[in-house]
Amino acid sequence: MASTKNSIRSATRRWSWLFLGPVVAAFIIGFVWPFFQGIYLSFCRFKLISDAQLTGLDNYGQALADISFQHSFWYTALTAVVSLVLINVLAFMVAYVLTQNIKGSNLFRTVFFMPNLIGGIVLGYIWSMIFDGILAAYNTSILLNTTYGFWGLIILMCWQQVGYMMIIYIAGLQAVPEDMLEAAKIDGATKWQTLFKVTIPNVMPSITICMFLSLTNGFKLFDQNLALTGGLPYIIQPDGSTVNTTEMLALNIYNTFYTAGAGVRGVAQAKAVIFFILVAGLGLAQLAYTRRREVQQ
Amino acid sequence: MMNKEQTLAAEQRRKTILSAVLAVICVIYVLPVVAVVINSFKQNTFVKTETFALPTEQSYAGFDNFITGMTFGNYPFASSVLYSTVITILSTALILIFCSMAAWYIARVSSKFCKIIYYLCVFSMVVPFQMVMFTLSKTADALKLNTPWTIPIVYLGFGAGLAIFMFVGFVKSIPLEIEEAAAIDGCGPVRTFFSVVLPMLKPTLISVGILEIMWVWNDYLLPVLVLDINQYRTIPIHIQYLKGSYGTVDLGATMALILLSIIPVIAFYLAAQKHIIKGVAAGAVKG
Repeated sequence: MASTKNSIRSATRRWSWLFLGPVVAAFIIGFVWPFFQGIYLSFCRFKLISDAQLTGLDNYGQALADISFQHSFWYTALTAVVSLVLINVLAFMVAYVLTQNIKGSNLFRTVFFMPNLIGGIVLGYIWSMIFDGILAAYNTSILLNTTYGFWGLIILMCWQQVGYMMIIYIAGLQAVPEDMLEAAKIDGATKWQTLFKVTIPNVMPSITICMFLSLTNGFKLFDQNLALTGGLPYIIQPDGSTVNTTEMLALNIYNTFYTAGAGVRGVAQAKAVIFFILVAGLGLAQLAYTRRREVQQ
Repeated sequence: MMNKEQTLAAEQRRKTILSAVLAVICVIYVLPVVAVVINSFKQNTFVKTETFALPTEQSYAGFDNFITGMTFGNYPFASSVLYSTVITILSTALILIFCSMAAWYIARVSSKFCKIIYYLCVFSMVVPFQMVMFTLSKTADALKLNTPWTIPIVYLGFGAGLAIFMFVGFVKSIPLEIEEAAAIDGCGPVRTFFSVVLPMLKPTLISVGILEIMWVWNDYLLPVLVLDINQYRTIPIHIQYLKGSYGTVDLGATMALILLSIIPVIAFYLAAQKHIIKGVAAGAVKG
């Protein structure tokens, strides 16, 4: 049997150019080369790529000292954490109710998930129309007020993502063993006791996955941020530089690359590397966690 | 006995109340979409002042918004629909074919090179697009991948990670004996893959396909940086540039275009809801 395996394997290997070739070529063009070139350029001063000159850690120093970058970091962290809490609490509540055998739960599920399919740019313009429609009565706009901009984005994110997380929670809740719930009932546990002592510990894996997902979604958010407020309103710093008050990290990097002039592209690339380390750190923690869980099962 | 009936009745009442509450929330939930529909039939000046009112005789614009929308922003909307469709279909097809092939090879041969590719793929899933956007757009330009017919190669490269990860996971769960039987019957690797393995991959092909369709159709940043936007605009780019190009925007026409762009998405969702929800959940738990 082992020899069949080996002969199949060596026969397959002769076709590696066909099976691996296209993906490897595209993967090098679309990821590997841009990634390593990006790391290299973060240590360089450049306008185009051909004129790159190594400048050591200069770009990183400038990136970390940039007040708008610092602001966007804290703003992103705040947005990510607030949206994480709200999205997960709401999604869990909806999922919990929908798994109670109530009438119409399929229709409700369909409706709650629907916004997830609409793209970020379109979502941003839908909500900017709605918020401005409300705020017009008070003679203001979402573009003029940082607080409205913040909560507007949070509402948009909840609308988009609650349905998504709800799907994961429903799958988790349906996997809670029926006899455990039954046993809790017989022992005289109240609904709330059953929820907190039996149900929630059993769906802990789903909760962790959803928390990671909403955290990374929050950190990577770009389209919705661009379309809803575009970072506005801005304030002018004492040194003459401007800070867009509702600008998140991804948008800050984009603006440094494409609107701040070609002179600071190295700084933009350094910001991108810092951003990558942040997001990858969160993502790898999630993968490690998922792996560990799979091994345990 | 009486007591049990009472609790049952109470339980029933509780469920009815919950249903009613959820129904109300659902109505609120679809209001933003309803607002788009209403406002797409209103004249521009009324969109901001009477956003939540139904069109009146005064504000009703008929299909004017849709007609202006067709050429709005000095760019034909039909072209952006065409480019979005071409890019989405080609990219998804490329990803499904080539990534399933590569994943099968990686799972079955598992040489050192395969393992390197596999871990690079897993790694690429956690890299945010901003990290590579500048260098990727320059590379794509240099290789002439900046048209709707060639940008799918960029999507194949940047999207390979998740697709290969999901396919490898599934291939590993297929028993090897089936392929061995095919080999003993005289099937070469290429035929084994296409006539034995690929049909078994169908559920994963659907899941991955749906994830890729949703990603590519809605993607804004990659095409805006790679394509020549004077010539080629996808729907999200078109909608973003309506606002970017003028000081004042015809909100009525914008809403008409937004409505036209979400109708196919919602139709697709209603038609393939079960698969979409399953695919999205699979992508979430794995990625």
